[in-house]
Amino acid sequence: MTTLLIAEHDHETLKDSTNKALTAASQLGGDVHVLVAGGGQGTKAAAEAAAKLAGVSKVLVAEGPAYEHDLAEPLAALIVALAPGYDAFVAPATSRFKNVMPRVAALLDVMQVSEIIKVVAPDTYERPIYAGNAIQTVKSKDAKKVITVRTSTFAAAGEGGSAAIENAASAADPGLSTFVGEEVAKSDRPELTSAKIIVSGGRAMQSRENFAKYIEPLADKLGAGVGASRAAVDAGYAPNDWQVGQTGKVVAPELYVAVGISGAIQHLAGMKDSKVIVAINKDEDAPIFQVADYGLVADLYQAVPELTEALVR
Amino acid sequence: MKVLVPVKRVVDYNVKVRVKSDGTGVELANVKMSMNPFDEIAVEEALRLKEAGKATEVVVVSIGPAQASETIRTALAMGADRGILVKAEGNVEPLAVAKILKAVVEAEQPGLVILGKQAIDDDSNQTGQMLAALLGWSQATFASKLEVEGSDFKVTREVDGGLQTIKLKGPAIVTTDLRLNEPRYASLPNIMKAKKKPIDDKSVADYGVDVTPRLEVLKTAEPAGRKAGVKVKDVAELVNKLKTEAGVL
Repeated sequence: MTTLLIAEHDHETLKDSTNKALTAASQLGGDVHVLVAGGGQGTKAAAEAAAKLAGVSKVLVAEGPAYEHDLAEPLAALIVALAPGYDAFVAPATSRFKNVMPRVAALLDVMQVSEIIKVVAPDTYERPIYAGNAIQTVKSKDAKKVITVRTSTFAAAGEGGSAAIENAASAADPGLSTFVGEEVAKSDRPELTSAKIIVSGGRAMQSRENFAKYIEPLADKLGAGVGASRAAVDAGYAPNDWQVGQTGKVVAPELYVAVGISGAIQHLAGMKDSKVIVAINKDEDAPIFQVADYGLVADLYQAVPELTEALVR
Repeated sequence: MKVLVPVKRVVDYNVKVRVKSDGTGVELANVKMSMNPFDEIAVEEALRLKEAGKATEVVVVSIGPAQASETIRTALAMGADRGILVKAEGNVEPLAVAKILKAVVEAEQPGLVILGKQAIDDDSNQTGQMLAALLGWSQATFASKLEVEGSDFKVTREVDGGLQTIKLKGPAIVTTDLRLNEPRYASLPNIMKAKKKPIDDKSVADYGVDVTPRLEVLKTAEPAGRKAGVKVKDVAELVNKLKTEAGVL
């Protein structure tokens, strides 16, 4: 059995989510090849990084303008063109692969298994349903498996490999969509999905300015990523890429600090696997306290600056 | 341009689901059911296109039990023109749903299909992408803005790093994210009017699609619980606990 792991990268560096999905791919039991598809010079560097990962036996590189902007149609066509050589296709459940993998699965007439949290056997996996309120164990009866991996539940594979790098056979771009532009926030803060510490704000923040005034200094003091509840994003207090929850990012940092977040089911779904959860909320009955290791019932506008200050010393 | 909107009947988002004690699934008896929230956003977007003169007809389709007609009625009360109910019993997986929808698309010939990005019951996030694949159409998932440009579309998508805008050659598939719009409530007169709107009754057999599940559900279990911890009295105690007890600072 041979598994094709499709690598997440930003066209410069390989992303941590690839290392985590590799752990899941290795647990399927077969050889693991990694496909790095990208648009620029950075694709090669990402491929070299993938070749060094422990447990990778081959790296395939596909470089071309069609792969530069993560468009679903050409990347799916490429993976399908490589499909005859593989029994399983694994990718991290990032927005890129949530977009692409179901397209691959349908073209292969396979029912995808989304966001697995555990490999029970090569054909059997656990996955959360109902925003993580139930865990389903499913066995795939398809000849080929198409799987996305919830990376927060798998440890990152380390280095120690020296796989050969080859060029992937090319596939025609169906030419159905074109890239127009993007608004990607450049930040020195760690990304949510790989941050060791996350500070998140909720509806109680009341404004974008308060996020900047209260949440961000605390996050920067801790070297943390910044998150937000859906309510805060919907209200325009925080950008969409900060959203933690069932339909946003699923995170599991060492420390998660929830500030002014009540703890709706869909938010808990995105952060309840964090190692230590701190909740600061003035409502002592807020559901967030039911999952918090340390709860502080306080006005965030006093407690957060005090906490930021306390960390200086 | 005709717009097709598939809608799913799911457990209402306010319901805290319970896993059955025998591990065969979650408790669905006597539980409030509603339209999948992302599908409501899809219906709303289609209606706005019609109101802006960009769409001529909004057709809603649901695949599920007889009660899914209530979900279709909800969309008709919001303003959709007519419905199609494809009766199916038991669990119909996204791949099978996409195959049925492909047949519906071939019969209806819409210029655009808008779907919710995921259903809040199985959280699969697959159907739209699969439908696009089977039809050989372009796709834009997780849309936060949709513009019609002739028979093509410009879509802004919510992605991990921020926002991405792409152009789609029509006909196309778009799946909705939370920020695309805020769905309207149906007014009482519109609820009454919706009762007279037509719903076409179909069955899976009419489309010749094999809906046998590819995934066998072996077990459904409660997630590992998380216990509430302690309340600290002030910031100093919090910092102290994080340093000494939790060891995360």
